[in-house]
Formats: sequence, C-alpha cells, structure tokens
Amino acid sequence: MSATAEGIETPEGEAAPAGPAIRAERSTLGILLRSPAFLIGAGIVLFWAFCAAFAPAFVPYDPLADDLLNTLAPPSAEHWFGTDQIGRDVFSRVLVGARDILTIAPLATLLGTALGTAVGLVMGYFGGWVDAIIGRLIEVLLSLPLIIVALMVLVALGPATPTVIIVVGLVFTPLVARTVRAAVLSERHLDYVPAAAVRGEGALHVMFVEILPNIWPPIIVEATVRLGYAIFTIASLSFLGFGVQPPSPDWGLAIAENYGVLVGGFWWTVVPATVATASLVVGVNLVAEGLQRALAE
Amino acid sequence: MTRTDTASPALELDDLSVAYHVRGRDLPVLSNVTLTIRRGEAYGLVGESGSGKSTVALALQRVLPANGRISGGHARVAGKDVATLGSAALRQMRARDVAMVFQDPGKALNPSLTVGRQMAEVFEILGAAGKERYRRGEEMLGRVRISDPARVMASFPHQLSGGMQQRVVIAMALAKDPALLILDEPTTGLDATIEAEVLDLVDTLRQEFGAAILFISHNLAAVASLCSRVGVLYAGRLVEEGPARALFADPRHPYTAGLLRCLPRAGFKGGPALDNIPGFPPPPGSITRGCVFAPRCGLAEERCRAEEPPLYAIGSGRGSRCHFHDRVDDLPRMSEPPQVNSPERGPNVEPVLKLEHLSKTYKLPGDRRVQALRDVSLSLAPGETLGLVGESGSGKSTLANLVLGLAEHDAGGRISLDGTAIAPSVHARPREAVKSVQIVFQNPDSALNRAHTVKHLIGRAVERLAGVGGAERDGRVKRLLEAVRLTPRQLPAKPRQLSGGMKQRVAVARAFAADPRVIVCDEPTSALDVSVQSAILNLLTELQAERQVSYILISHDLGVVRHLSDRIAVMYLGRLMEIGPARSVLQGPHHPYTEALLSAAPTVTGERGTRIKLEGQIPSPVNPPTGCVFNTRCPRKFAKICETEEPGFAPDAEGHAIRCHLPREKLGRGRTGPGAPAAAETAASG
Repeated sequence: MSATAEGIETPEGEAAPAGPAIRAERSTLGILLRSPAFLIGAGIVLFWAFCAAFAPAFVPYDPLADDLLNTLAPPSAEHWFGTDQIGRDVFSRVLVGARDILTIAPLATLLGTALGTAVGLVMGYFGGWVDAIIGRLIEVLLSLPLIIVALMVLVALGPATPTVIIVVGLVFTPLVARTVRAAVLSERHLDYVPAAAVRGEGALHVMFVEILPNIWPPIIVEATVRLGYAIFTIASLSFLGFGVQPPSPDWGLAIAENYGVLVGGFWWTVVPATVATASLVVGVNLVAEGLQRALAE
Repeated sequence: MTRTDTASPALELDDLSVAYHVRGRDLPVLSNVTLTIRRGEAYGLVGESGSGKSTVALALQRVLPANGRISGGHARVAGKDVATLGSAALRQMRARDVAMVFQDPGKALNPSLTVGRQMAEVFEILGAAGKERYRRGEEMLGRVRISDPARVMASFPHQLSGGMQQRVVIAMALAKDPALLILDEPTTGLDATIEAEVLDLVDTLRQEFGAAILFISHNLAAVASLCSRVGVLYAGRLVEEGPARALFADPRHPYTAGLLRCLPRAGFKGGPALDNIPGFPPPPGSITRGCVFAPRCGLAEERCRAEEPPLYAIGSGRGSRCHFHDRVDDLPRMSEPPQVNSPERGPNVEPVLKLEHLSKTYKLPGDRRVQALRDVSLSLAPGETLGLVGESGSGKSTLANLVLGLAEHDAGGRISLDGTAIAPSVHARPREAVKSVQIVFQNPDSALNRAHTVKHLIGRAVERLAGVGGAERDGRVKRLLEAVRLTPRQLPAKPRQLSGGMKQRVAVARAFAADPRVIVCDEPTSALDVSVQSAILNLLTELQAERQVSYILISHDLGVVRHLSDRIAVMYLGRLMEIGPARSVLQGPHHPYTEALLSAAPTVTGERGTRIKLEGQIPSPVNPPTGCVFNTRCPRKFAKICETEEPGFAPDAEGHAIRCHLPREKLGRGRTGPGAPAAAETAASG
C-alpha cells in the first residue's frame, strides 16, 4: 500500500474541504431537531396521531353514545366541550374524530405520491413525445377544480372510504408527477445515467434504482405538502356528505351535522372540530416547511 | 480617473490569517500569509483545492462567508486596510479598487438581461449618465477585442460562446479601471485555444490599463505564461514565493517540486512514470506543530515535525518555508511504477476495434440536419491508446458515444470488435460486446450515483457485465478495488465520503469490471488536482500494461495526451483532420489546425512559441464550409482549392494521414513538445 499514490484513509477520515466550502456537516435530523417550526408541527401531528390511535381507551364518554336528556349542553366540568344535538360528548368526539381523517388522508397521499412518482419518472426519463402527451393531459386535469372532479367521481361511484382514498390519490397524482418530473430532469443529465446504459441497464432499472434514490428529498416534501391538502380535501368532502359517513365522529362530518345550530349560539358543537382540522393542517404544513428547509441544506 | 494614492502597492497582505468558525471551533484556513503585488504586476497564486487560494480573494474584499473572519494581520488594497474600512468606504473600495473575474462566465452574467444592460449597469455605478453608459459599455467591449461590440451589446449571454462571455466579464471588471483585478480560475473549462486567447488578452490589457493582477489557478502552466511572480499556497500557508520562471525551473520547496514532477510535460508514452505526492492535504487546524507539509514530504526529518519553518529568504526575491530548501533537488521519487512500452502495431496485428465510415446526423427542428460526425474510419490495436484532441464541438464526444452505443451511427457505417460487427445501440449488443467497451467519465461526482455505496457501484457492474453474483461477485469487487489501490474498507462508503481521486479510482474499477477490451477515457483527470491527476494517469498506464486494454483518450490537455497516447487523432467539425503516431503528429509535419492547437498550449516553463491565432469561431456544423472545413480559420490557406475541394486523407508508410492540400514538406513542424523550444517559423513565413 505504501506505493499508493494518494494514500488510503478511512472514508470517515476524509479531509474537510477548506475555503468557503467549510461548513459543519450536520445531519438532516440534526437540522430538523433544531427547527422550532418543525418541532411545533411535529408535536401537533404526533398529538393527533396519538389521539387517533388511543383516544377511545381514555376519553371520558363513548363518542357514539347519545344522551337525549342532555342535548346541546354548554361546556361544563362534566362535558368539557359540551354536548351536541343528540347529547354526545363533544370532547370525546373530537379526540376520537382524528381517527378517520388520519387513516384516509395518509393512504390517499401515499397512493398519489406512488402513482405520481411513477408517472413523473416516466415523463422525465423518456422526455420527447411521452413527456409532451402526459404533460398536456396533466395540464387538462389541473385546469379542473380538484374538489369538483372528486365530487363528480364520488357522486358517480357512491361515497365509500376506499373510493375516497382512490379518488383523492388520483387527483393528487398529476401534481406529484409534475414535481417528480422536474427533479428527474435535473438528474437525467448526470453521467451516472449513461454509465448505467453502457452496462446495458434497462429503463426501469435506471428510473427506479439509479434516479429514484436521488430524488427522495423533493418527493418527501411534496408528499408532506400533499398530506396537508389531503386532510383539507377529505374534511371538505365529509362536510359535503361524500366523505366519511355517519355516525363517525369525523371532524368534517361533525361540522356538517352541527353548523345548522350555530346560529342558535351553540358554538361548542362546531368550533372544536374546526380548530382540530385547522391545527392538523397547520401542523402538517409546518413539518413540510421544516423538511423542505432541512433537505435544501 | 485619478487616484490619490498610487504609491502604495495594489495589494499588500501582511501576516493575513483567516479562520472559519465551525462547530464551536476556529479553524485556521489561512495562516500568516504575507505577499505584495505591485501596481501593474501579475501575481500567480497556485495551490490545489482546499489550499485557501479562493479564501485569499474573498478575504481581501471582505466577502468571507458568515462564519469566516480575518483573525490576524492586515490586507491592504491600494493602501486601504480592508479590515478597518467603514461600510461606505468598503463599498467604495469594492466598487472602484478591486474587480473579480470568476471561473464560470456563464454564471457570472445574468441570463435574463442583455450584455448591454449589464455593461451599462457597471457605468451606472461609476456615475455615468443614461446614454453615456451604453456608449462607454460598447467602447469597453471594443477594448477587450470584441470585433462587433454593437451586436454583442444586444445579445443575451447564452447567445455568446464561452470565450466571448469571459471577455464580457473581463470588460466589466476592467471598466472601473481597478487597481487590482482578481482572476479566479478564469480559463478552467475553456478550450485550450480560447484559454490561450484569454490569457493573451489579459496580458495585453494589464499593460494597457496598468492594473495589478492576482491570478488564482491550479493550472501551473497558465500561471507560468501570464505571471511574473508566483506564490505557492499549501494548507493555508504560503510555502514558496518567487519569480515565475525561476520558481518553476528550480523549485525550492518540496511541495512545489512535487507538483511539478506530477505534471506530464515531457516525453512520450513509454517514458518514466509520473511522480506523485503521497497522502492528503491536512484538514484545517489538524497540524499545530512543525511544518504543515512534513507528513507528505520525502525530505522531512525530526526537526520538520517539531519546528515550523520560517519563510527563508533565498535571494532574488525568493522565499521558501522549508528548513531544507537547499536540498530540494534530493527529494526522492515517491512512485516508480513499471515502464510501459507501446504495443506492437503492424499488418499482422488484428485491431481490437475498427470503425469504418462512421457518421452521425442529428435532425433539428425545421427539417435541418447537423452532421456531428462525418465519415470517420480508424482502428485501435490491443493495448494501444488513441488520443483524441480538438476543440469543443469537434465531434470527440459524439465519436465516443457511437463507440459506446449511447448514440446510434448513421446507416452505412460499421463498428467491429475483434473482427465482428456490433449493433449501433448498446441495448442491441450482446453482453460480450457491452462489457468489452466501457468508459471513464470526466467527473466522478456526476458519473458515480451518489445514492449508492462503492460496493453497489462496482458490484452492479460486475453482476451485469460478467454475469456473476453472490460470493463470486464480491470476490471480484475486492480484486478490482485492490487493482485500483483502494481497500475493502471503502466498500460501504458513498461517493461523497471519498476524495476526488478515490472517486475516480472507483470509476476506473467500474470500467474494468469484466475484462474490457476498449475503454473510453473522457477527460479522465481534468476535474482532479495535479497530484491526484498523476496518480490516476499512472494507474491507467499500469492497468493497460497488465491487461492489454486499449484506450480512447479524450483530453484537451496535450501533456496528458502525449504522456498516454500511442497514436493521436485530431478532430475538427466532426471530421478527422489528422491521425498518426503520437510522435509524428506532435512533431510534425502536421495539419495547420494541429499546429494551432499545439501553439495554444501554455507550458510551465513560461516559454511559448509564436502563437498561431485562429480567427473567428468554429463554424456552425449545420452549415459547414465548403472544401476543407478548416479553410475559414486556416492561417495557411493558400489557394482557391481550399474552398472548393476537400483534401484527401491518405496515410503515409507509418500510418500518418493529414487532411490538407499542402504538400507535407510545406506543413509546419511543431515544437518537440511543451517545454521544448519553438520552431514555428515555417508557419510564420507560410
């Protein structure tokens, strides 16, 4: 080894480049844990995820149990957030209500991200007329208001949880595809792509084994942003009656069921679910922003 | 413009130290750098990546990154101490006294504004009135020898060639008539011919404007051709300083001497191997006692590790930070790989690769066609290296892509491997053919997938090309690593954890995955530092001797081409202009284009023959000139026939073919090589 030109060293012992490039190399996780926005966002999301998983075990009342002798009771020591029109405990319903949205929204996001990533890889890798045709299709889809498209499909197929997941996932596919395509284009010109070709690799290998591992950061950020929109979209669909179906304590559904009595001054039937939805969307977006900044460094 | 203080030097660094604050610690990046650049003087600062060259440029303009600060000493520009200037005075200093030209002119210019707008902006800062700004901008472009300033003013940066863009940037820098012009690697990435033009231009302008120049470069030859004095920076210390010629001819620091020995500058293939500098530059702050170079120095003794050498003055304005500066000539060689002799080549040797009438036509929108390669025929013997030279756009890369099957050649051509024709596309070739033709790319950062480990990078190539898996594959990966002088410890590393040289070794190992016959080396060392370059060149030489592989070497560095090539092919506008044994092509008689290329190459001795200037740009391949394609730029064009008839391309007895109407006895004979005295009289009189 002594004849070695540049000597050998452990990869960890790599000399730090001097000059302006000097920067403490921090892990992405390290940056995230120092970002207040990310920590607050992650706290909110984890809180709701915890509720979705365990709330039924510790809430004071059964969220589905009505109490017709005690309807529309204002917040009190007994019912912290009061009761709704048929006397169900609003506090218990809000905590348990996280369950449906936190199942449907991530699954829809996962589906949209997976499909969008595949489509984006194909567009960016092949380019040319493949890219042109899919690109035009995406533009057509994006020119339609998404919630209307989703509503039309749900009206046609009838509201059911798997349908909601598939519809929202499909609606998100073109958006994710556009982001992934842009990321692929910046990788496509790097020499590792022809380097794979000269050992006879096929298109699938180049797309999924060579390019995909390098474009995770934008995909993760996009998926998190999409998750925020998914929560919002699914809550809207539930509110309109095409999402989660009664008697689920789902937030969008709860708002839809109770906003009629809002004018009577029974604000506690609606406000907790509204605040819960808003906090979850804000939390997810804070996480998205934190991730974006950390991955950009 | 008048300057009140013309007596003080343009730049004075006095014990300048710079530190970067990283993870709660101050890391010294520059330590006690002292140097002076007089008015009108050109000073070259050389050193490898990480030596702190660019930090000097940033510190003296006080534009260090947020975590950097001047931790000691002074930097004075035209007599003003930059560390103590107030913000208004600092802005004034940056606006008037210093100008900087960066490496990539494409990035220094705003792509969405016309050149005119950007030139006018410079004069706006200098206080010129509306129309006056444009008039002076245009005048300034004229001064940097742009022949059609009005057209360039109306152009957007992307419409100009790289050389033209760099001229515009230089014009902007000189517009304010600065006391100090900083050029940070201004010619890296430009063709040799354009590099020569830019260096000539800078030299002329220095005399016209009287600006001092701080020329920062890792290219020793470029520095030697432009600068009168040179400082060598290593790990943030100025280790040697002196007049350029004397310093390069007779280095008095082992680091300078080592760098010079790494350069492939004399001798053809088969000559002695290049020397190298073992080890790596130390990370900032890691060496606190003794000489920073001691761990890599062949002369180091106990004293070097204990006591930091002062800057010893060694007469005639020279200085060296080495205790043993008088013993540098005794520096032992650090490498001694076996010599390699050129392979036998004759009618009885079956060529491994044969290209017949290869052409490549690309379709452009609007039914136009561009012929990127036209009728190229050549062959490659086993164990032979063919050097491919020519400016950007000459078709070198297209040729490489056709051989690799990354692009398909036009019908009518033929590629044969060991006598058997192979399909144009790599996807249609049998595995045997695919594994036989491989490539080492220029930039390992781009060629190695950063998501994968070394084990995967090499392993996948073995799996695909040799068709083996499991333990057999792992065994081969280990043997390949050893062949390129890496160890199994590197297997789990990802590319970013490796140094530039180690990355390129991984790329070489990958190309050798399954007994290749031909490897295209596309600028294999131009992204590397000099000392690493020599190690990779030696590695390529050794592997060739061991395995009888043939190389197609694409390089703009004629020193590298000379060092590795048995034969050289010169390309222009998609055509072969000349091909023959390396010695014949370089020594001549050779094609006027080859002659111009050779004359453009700067040498580290600073000597240069008569520069043969090529007029104008490479013509558009969409509409190539009639007759000889070189006739529009040829300094030796002699008759109408050059414009009407394409010259023949018949080889002589030793296989040397020249595409020129001039008879051989009238063609130029070049210098015997960079470093040898010029013999370009024939060109001058012809």
